[in-house]
Formats: sequence, structure tokens, C-alpha cells
Amino acid sequence: MRHHFLELIRRAATVLPADVTAALRSAAKREAPGSAAKAALSDVLRNCELAASSSRPLCQDTGTNLWQVYLPQSFSQVKVKSEILAATKAATKKAYLRPNAVDPVTGQNTGDNTGIGAPVVHFHEWTRKAVVADLLLKGGGSENVSALYALPHQGLGAGRDLEGVRKVVLDAVFNAQGKGCGPAVIGVGIGGDRATSMLEAKEQLFRLLNDKNADPTLAKLERKLLKQCNALEIGPMGFGGATTVLGVKIGKRHRLPASYFVAVAYLCWAARRASVTITGKGASFSEESEIAKTQIQPKKGRR
Amino acid sequence: MRIDIPVSEETIRSLKVGDEVELYGTIVTARDAGHKLMVEERPKFIEPFIKDGAIYHCGPVMKKRGKKWQVVAAGPTTSIREEPYEAKVMEDYGVRVVIGKGGMGKDTLAACKRLGGVYLHAVGGAAILAADAITQIKDVFMLDEFGVPEAFWICEVSGFKAVVTMDAKGRSLHKKVLTRSKKQLKSQLGD
Repeated sequence: MRHHFLELIRRAATVLPADVTAALRSAAKREAPGSAAKAALSDVLRNCELAASSSRPLCQDTGTNLWQVYLPQSFSQVKVKSEILAATKAATKKAYLRPNAVDPVTGQNTGDNTGIGAPVVHFHEWTRKAVVADLLLKGGGSENVSALYALPHQGLGAGRDLEGVRKVVLDAVFNAQGKGCGPAVIGVGIGGDRATSMLEAKEQLFRLLNDKNADPTLAKLERKLLKQCNALEIGPMGFGGATTVLGVKIGKRHRLPASYFVAVAYLCWAARRASVTITGKGASFSEESEIAKTQIQPKKGRR
Repeated sequence: MRIDIPVSEETIRSLKVGDEVELYGTIVTARDAGHKLMVEERPKFIEPFIKDGAIYHCGPVMKKRGKKWQVVAAGPTTSIREEPYEAKVMEDYGVRVVIGKGGMGKDTLAACKRLGGVYLHAVGGAAILAADAITQIKDVFMLDEFGVPEAFWICEVSGFKAVVTMDAKGRSLHKKVLTRSKKQLKSQLGD
């Protein structure tokens, strides 16, 4: 399994998914001729072509490695985890990943991307016979501008409803300015607790940009926020321009009566995700994660 | 516009927000650990490489081939984290060019005006384009102590592209975009 996981990491780090590339291309067309925003987007697209053709990481910050792994009932999580760790170390050696695991107390970098809580691996057991692993690489610049709100938020006039959600998402995107490498993909988690609202927001980032939320109310809010975020005119890299975000993806979790959290996960344009399905016959790779599939097919829900 | 490093104060003062530049010469990577060190301990070893020179906010991916380091990916990191340090670093070491992404705050902008400095924005995430403009790794400092991303990498560059977003006249594109987007936000919140 190790070499399939290594290949998964290589793909995630070096090849931008087709839906993201397409969104960046149409964003480049929208920016004014001769603008810094247009030039930045065309550099980004050229950069990705070079990265893919030379198998080099398209961004030097290969980020938090977030794994979602689905296992048949007979599989050992311990064994699969050790395969993931081995693949992570090998990928670092091959320079698909930058050594990114730093001890916050001693300041020491482990040098191989493994450490306490690194990489982040979530296991799910299921009834299918295949092993599926979905991987998201999320850079630190974009993580730093992600935000968690507890509603009500008096300063923003944001109450405990979808109108309040709309307001805090706009606030988060405004606060990010150009610091998170936009145009961004915005994952939003409504509800849950402080930990799981953010997890929900991050899981939303696995969705395809051109999908449609299964929940019509959230689908409508996604479309509205996409338009309103772009009206902020922060633009690619914060240079000013028409495209501040490429997509807004919203999920929900049941909350306590006392709490109403809204987590906003900002993902840089380098929205690096990849997926592998491993069966007895071998491995097949794709850019569509299990979360992406379940979000648009609610009847096969994973929870 | 071509800029050779080391660079004169006069050349820097002639640059304005929006100018596209290509850098030639030596630039030095420094980020969080490096800036903290420069302010708190003021090490001498780095001085010859950044006097009238350039600091690049970047934590690269590197690969060792035999005894030589090779740069794999080297886009900019978010500059605002160095805001508490940058003005002092520019003053203490005579740095004229700060390269990064996302822009910096009022202290750095004031330092650019006072000392004759400029902030250049490279395209965030475009790590391969940046890496391909680095022709040679001349040396590295603090590698064992800081690890690969945080070490001072002394890079020779040829045609490294960036845009001036903060200039020595005190103008900042970031300030302009912030002001405009704040107005937009206000109208959206009232929606």
C-alpha cells in the first residue's frame, strides 16, 4: 500500500486538480488586461504546468497533510497508519513534501513530516471492499487566515442564523486580504463544537468547485457568498480585482442549544487534493474524493 | 525593469507601486526564526549578504545532490508575520529590498520611506517559477538549528520576477485595496 500512498502524495503536491485549473483560467479571463491580478493568475497557471511536467511541488509550502481514509471491516488502522507514515517520509526524501513538522516547544523540525499529530489522519470504516484515501494539502499561509466565530457576534451584527453566517464569512475573507494566497476556496462549517465546526469546514474543501450542495438552502447561500466575496475586490494575491474567491462550500453539524459556531477554512488557490482507490487489482487515482461524492448524493451519506 | 543587487538607495527611491521588476544578484531567504534571531542577537555572519541587498520571505523545498543543495520549490511566504521585526532588520543591516507576499504594515512602510527601501510582491504559491529563477545556492546558515524552511539560504538569482507594492514614497497597494474592500464590506454587511 505504501507505494500507492507515495504516488498519492506526489500527485497531490505536483498536480493541481482540473476543476481548480479551469476555475483559475476563467478567473484570468475576467481580470483587466495589463493588471497585476491578470499577470499573477497567468504566472500561477504557468507555474502549475511546469510543476506537473517536472513532478515538483507546485507550492513550496506542502502544508498540513489531511488524510481521510476509508477501510473495509477487516483492515487494521494501525497497519495502514504505518504505511501512510512510511509514504510520508519517503515523499519528504524525494522532495515532494517540504519538511513541515516543527516541535512548538523546542523548535526542532523532525525533518520527515511525521510527528505528534502529523500527518493528520482520519479513519472511517465502511462496507465496501476497497481502501480509499483522500488527501488534502493545505498551506500554512491559508491556515493562518482561517477563522472561527461564535455567534452572536455583536461587532458584525451577526445573529444566530444564516444571515449571521453570511456576515462572518464575509468578515473572514475581508480580514484575509492578500495574506492567504487568493483567489481562495472557502470551506464553511456551521454548528458542531469548536473542534468539529472547523473539521466540517475543512472537509468541505474536498468538494469539487463546480458541484452543487445537496441542501438547497446552503446551495443558495454558497452562490450568494461567492458573489459577495468577489464584490470585495480584494482580487488575486490581494492585488485588487474581480476574483477574490473561486468557490464557497458550506456544511453543517448539529450544535448544542448554547453554541452556534461558524468555522471558515480559507484554502489558497493551490487547492491540492487527490484520491486513490486500492483494491486487490491495484490502485486507481482520481481528483474526486469520497466527501465530494457524498455531498452531492445525500442518500448515500457517510455519517 | 532590471534591478541588480546590491542596489543603490537612488535606484530604490526611483521605484513606484505597480512597477514590475526582475532581480539579478544575491537574495537571502529569512522568515520567522531568522527575523527573530536578527533582531534579538544581531548576528554578523548574514550582514555581507544583505547590506544594500534583499531579504526573501521564503521557506523553500531543497534537495541535496552530492554535496550541493538544489532548490526544488521556492515561492514566497506571508510577510506580515515579520512586521514586528522588519523595520529594525532593515535599519540594522541596511536591507533595501524585502520580497514576500501579502504585503506589510505601517512600520515597514515607514522604514521604506525613511531608509530608502521597497517591498516587492512575488506571486504566492508560484514556487516553480521562483525556483527556476534561482541559479545557484551559494551557502546556507543555521540549517541544523532552524531546519530547511527557516534557514538562511543565500541564493543567486537571475530574472526573479516581482511587483513593487510598497515604495519609498510611502505608497502601498495593500493599503489601497484594504480601504476599498472595507467600504465594500460595510455595504455588504448592511445588505
